[in-house]
Amino acid sequence: MTAIVDYGVGNLFSLTSSLQALGLETEVTGAPARLRAADRILLPGVGAFGDARAKLDAAGLVPTLLEEAERKPLLGICLGMQLLFDRSFEYGEHPGLGLIPGEVADLREDIGDETLKVPHMGWNRLDIKKDDPLFKYFQSGEYVYYVHSFYARRCSGNVLGTSRYGDAAVTGAVRRGSVWGAQFHPEKSGDAGLRLLRAFAEL
Amino acid sequence: MLAKRIIPCLDVRDGRVVKGTNFQDLRDMADPVEMARFYNASGADELVFYDITASAEGRGLFTDILRQVASEIFIPLTVGGGIRTLADFDRVLKCGADKVSVNSGAIADPTLIAAAARKYGDQCVVLSMDVKRVDGQFRLFAKGGREDTGLDALEWAVRGVENGAGEIVLNSIDTDGVKTGFDLEMLDALAARVRVPIVASGGAGKPEDFAALFTHPGIDAGLAASIFHTRQVDIRDLKRFLRERGVEVRL
Repeated sequence: MTAIVDYGVGNLFSLTSSLQALGLETEVTGAPARLRAADRILLPGVGAFGDARAKLDAAGLVPTLLEEAERKPLLGICLGMQLLFDRSFEYGEHPGLGLIPGEVADLREDIGDETLKVPHMGWNRLDIKKDDPLFKYFQSGEYVYYVHSFYARRCSGNVLGTSRYGDAAVTGAVRRGSVWGAQFHPEKSGDAGLRLLRAFAEL
Repeated sequence: MLAKRIIPCLDVRDGRVVKGTNFQDLRDMADPVEMARFYNASGADELVFYDITASAEGRGLFTDILRQVASEIFIPLTVGGGIRTLADFDRVLKCGADKVSVNSGAIADPTLIAAAARKYGDQCVVLSMDVKRVDGQFRLFAKGGREDTGLDALEWAVRGVENGAGEIVLNSIDTDGVKTGFDLEMLDALAARVRVPIVASGGAGKPEDFAALFTHPGIDAGLAASIFHTRQVDIRDLKRFLRERGVEVRL
């Protein structure tokens, strides 16, 4: 069973639908016992980092996530990926889960070109930097769908793939041990996104 | 860098996709779920799903159809038509919409955009505008293009972005349905005023119209309905055509 963590952040409809379309047994849950019972965990999230972290704390899920992340595949998506890092500078400074070294910073600081729009919203190529089982059905340079204004940096050793936006090599996918992250939305990235989720489900 | 987006628009009335010329003379086309499936498989970058009669008749969106589309289609989905309150946002987001497009609802309640952006984030709020030239001004129209609000459309767009609209769909009533190309003059005027993605709507008749559109760097996406619905233009062929002309597209 694949558990989708429900902590009151974001819209889980598409993610749930995409896993079901792949024929996967899926459960949307905020119960620690269910996360412990799951074969793998998806940590979604949209909105602001500080708010999401507070909700994760309020739901009492942080200790469970830290434990389970050592034992089974966990994939953070979009803000769910950003939560995996040490800290974020979105509206102040907020601590992350510390599962992957790195920080989350404003994309505007690094894209250079002032005519580029932020949020970075739309389809961009994901260039594979390090081969990984996550890319079993995915080719370097395929397009994935992003919607975000902050991004993970100083996490180079764990970067699996990046997308070019102005001067920034936007961290698109990361991995440390059994913890993966995707800044883009695989559940909104068409067939390429479904193939990434299929590969994750086979981990 | 970001690919330019090609977006088919499904105008839905009474559970069927329709498309008229200059917002009149609606013709019945097809089943929205079937069409959404077709577009998902044929290279569309996003789908827009409008309940076109909602403004006029106060009808709610057909959420069953929306839910069905959203459970099968794994590309971004924007929903509009009859969005007047935060409860309307909530209703369509729960049915799988990624972005919500407001038009007449934002005119009736100017606080709607700010409230929605605070609750769901800027990226979720799309300001859709029906605009027509009146007395040398780009004038904002309401109620599906039937009512002149007297407001300057460019001022309205700037205010909308300040309030948190994360994207603008500009539909030119002057070019809508006549298939002579996008309203580049109107689009340029808008692009000079805002820094959010702009989706061009109204006037696409052939692949060359999209190629002309994307020579304007401020425009992020082209939206059309009938030329895709009638299969007069195939999205994959269109994208190949654009790529040959140096436009970055997802193929």
